[in-house]
Formats: sequence, structure tokens, C-alpha cells
Amino acid sequence: MTTPTDLRYTASHEWVRTESDGSLTVGVTDHAQEALGDVVFLELPEAGRVVAAGEAIAVIESVKAASDIYAPVAGEIIASNEAAVDAPESVNADAYAAWLFKIKPADGADTGALLDAAGYEAAIG
Amino acid sequence: MAQHTPLYATHVAAGARMVDFAGWDMPVNYGSQIEEHHAVRRDAGMFDVSHMLALDLAGADAKAFLRGLIANDVAKLVEPGKALYSCMLNPDGGVIDDLIVYFLSDTSYRIVVNAGTADKDVAWIQQRLASTGTQATLTVRRDLAMIAVQGPNARTKTWAAIPGSEAASNTLKPFQAAAFGDFFIARTGYTGEDGFELTLPSEQAAATWNTLAAAGVAPCGLGARDTLRLEAGMALYGNDMDESVSPLDAGLAWTVDLKDPNRDFVGKAALVANGARRQVLGLVLEDKGVLRSHQKVFTAQGEGETTSGTFSPTLEKSIAMARLPLGVAPGDSVEVDIRGKRLKARVVKASFVRNGKGLI
Repeated sequence: MTTPTDLRYTASHEWVRTESDGSLTVGVTDHAQEALGDVVFLELPEAGRVVAAGEAIAVIESVKAASDIYAPVAGEIIASNEAAVDAPESVNADAYAAWLFKIKPADGADTGALLDAAGYEAAIG
Repeated sequence: MAQHTPLYATHVAAGARMVDFAGWDMPVNYGSQIEEHHAVRRDAGMFDVSHMLALDLAGADAKAFLRGLIANDVAKLVEPGKALYSCMLNPDGGVIDDLIVYFLSDTSYRIVVNAGTADKDVAWIQQRLASTGTQATLTVRRDLAMIAVQGPNARTKTWAAIPGSEAASNTLKPFQAAAFGDFFIARTGYTGEDGFELTLPSEQAAATWNTLAAAGVAPCGLGARDTLRLEAGMALYGNDMDESVSPLDAGLAWTVDLKDPNRDFVGKAALVANGARRQVLGLVLEDKGVLRSHQKVFTAQGEGETTSGTFSPTLEKSIAMARLPLGVAPGDSVEVDIRGKRLKARVVKASFVRNGKGLI
């Protein structure tokens, strides 16, 4: 299992990529998809929704179980990945390619608590 | 500390994802649960079910004892090796366990019980043997391993893998078993497909597993076993029934035999007094989402509850078994509460897939 070093992570197994316009692209980690097993359903937030940091805003369901996905920071959802909704198995195939939603951080939103790759790997043991 | 089956090291070496199941460290999958599921529906897969427990009951009173112990009637077993599925009830009519009894002779039976209930079952049976003064001995067979080989090609691949097994088992009818050397070969299963359940000495388990794998039988975990049994509409103890639920309310009335008015069995009076108060039907989710166990169901006749739910890999829809008010019928439209949202589902018979074919 590889943890890309150009991404940041939450302890709740989301990966976060900072785009050039300052928005954040969010998905779930490879560790998360492996623990979940075959992903069969995604429920993603709609563009325009204003979310709080740590709010459960999406659901990922595998054959085995349902899990919440949390907003890594406060902000506004600006896009969700309809292609992933139509092909949930893409999360298993490549968790770092199958992004789930994009979020525009609120002014002053705190991204300092996000982990780097080494920090996330330490967190999952 | 979790218990290990004789195949534990084999699973770990194959890279299986191990989870705790009823106190046993068991493989949930070897990679993709869905691929393992399809292997069983389309070809052949195998499961380590050695966590389940075989019990041998032998003695002059064995038959009479079993007729009083379980809700189905072993008196209907006359062909050697014939199997019977039954619930074992408490005096209130609740299900202590569901089990399979194999008839070897009027004085000799093999019983296979669930892993999570095994200790409780043994204690209950021993107590009944003592309190009824029965001339029979119960032997706990933790020295045995069990491998379920399931799928349309399961029998032929088993025969190819185990020399001599074909002659010993090619005339077995469904739900019948035969001894083959140290092996006990039963044409039974928990997937809705043809196949065998092999009971064998623990020390031969790993070699047999590897030989079956070499013959093209796919190792499958308990994850696929659960989606397969749910598609087949087969009850899982602890989910679909337990000690608080009568078999008449759990879709298992077909396993309760009340034909002989002179036969009493534990729980019979309670079943007769209470009758059926609920029924088990299937649900197919029509909105997007995944049904899970213990979600509330709203019907025109009142509320019910899903007892098992999943995404069906064969049908590519979400399905569930649900305990519903009497009067609800296949074809009805109902709503299920999934995380606070009411989603639409259609009521069907609680049997979704058999022998590779969708039934809904």
C-alpha cells in the first residue's frame, strides 16, 4: 500500500489535495477502501451545500457496511464526482484517482490539522 | 484470544483478510468479495466452515431423544445419510439454534450446529440427555474440519480433486450424505447452489483445501457466504432469528413438523398457543442505497423490520429479508428508513436467486 506524499489526510481516512485555485479535492484513502471491501454505493453532497468541519456529508457503502465521509474543513461544496457515483467500484480500483467531492474552504478555514503522508501512516499503524 | 480453524495458516498465507466471527479468526475475503460470490454462482468456490461444530449422538434412545429435542421430525429420515434442517427451541418457542441432523441409523445421528451457539447448544443437549434419562451419548467432534464446496461445477471439481470421491458420492440426492473413508460427504450447502459440504479429519484439511484450489475451486470468505445465503433466502442465526423469535415468525414454519399429534418437543406448546404473528418476506430496494439489517419498514399493515440486508452481486440491486406484519404480500410497495430517509422497496418472496438464476 502506498500513501502519496503530495496529499494530506484526515484521521477518518479522507485524502485531501489542494488545487491551484485553493479549493480542496477529497476522496477516501487506499487503506479505507481496502478495509471497506467492494464499494457498491456512494451518496455525495450537492454543489452549493455549506458544510462544517468534521460534518458527515457523504456515505460510502460496501457490500459489507456503510461508512460516513466527513468534511475535512468548513466550506462550500463546489462539485461532486458523478462518474464515481455511477461506478462505485472505481474507489477500489484506484482510491486516489476516484475523488468524491471538491470543497471551497471558508475564509480562515483551518487546514493545519490535516496529516501528511507519514502522519497518516503512523495513525493507521 | 480468537480461536483458529485447522485452515487458519492456509488463509493467512493466501493473504485473506481475517476478521473475528463468533470468537473465531475467519477469512472475510481473499481480495474481492464480489468476485468470490460470482465464482460460486458461475463455477465453484469453497469456504472454511470448520468453526461450525459437528456432534455425534449415538445410543438406543437417540431417535426418540431427537424427536423431543428439535422442531422438525427425524422420524421422516429413513434413507441412510439423509439430512434434515431444523430449529432447536427453548420452552417459549424461541430458537436456541438452527442445525442440520444427518441420519446414520436409528441409533446414530450427526448434528452440525453454528459456531456462535456451539457451547450453549452442547450444554442444552447434555442437560436434556440427563433430565430425560436418555440412553445416548453426545460426542463433540472438534477433531473435524469442514469445507463447503459450492457452485454449478463444485461436484465435478471435487471429484477431480479427491480420487475415489466420485464413486462414493455421485448418487447422492440433495440433502443426503455418505461416508468416504475418513471423509463425510454431504450434498448440502448454504448458497442456493449445488455442491458438497465435506467433513474431514483436521490434519487433512490444509492438503484437501490446496488440492481443491489446484482443481480450480476458488477460496471464498465469509463475506461472500453471507451475500450468497441472503440471495438464496436462507436464514442466519443471530440476524434473522434468535431465542426471542419463534420459527413461525422467522419464515421457518416449513421446518416445524406438527403432523404427529403424539410427538411432543421442546417449545411445541408455545408455538401452538401463539401461532404465527409475523411473516418473513423479501424486499428489493427501488431507490438508490443499500438495505442493512434492523432497518424499520413501513407497510400499509404497520411497521416491520429488516433482519438481513445487503447489495446483491447477482441482481446488482439491494435486497433484504424482513419480518413484516401478516397481510403484507409480494407485490406490495413499502418504505424503509435508511439513515432517516424513507426509501421505496418492493415486497417479494424471500428467495432471490437459486442455481445461478434471479427469481425476482
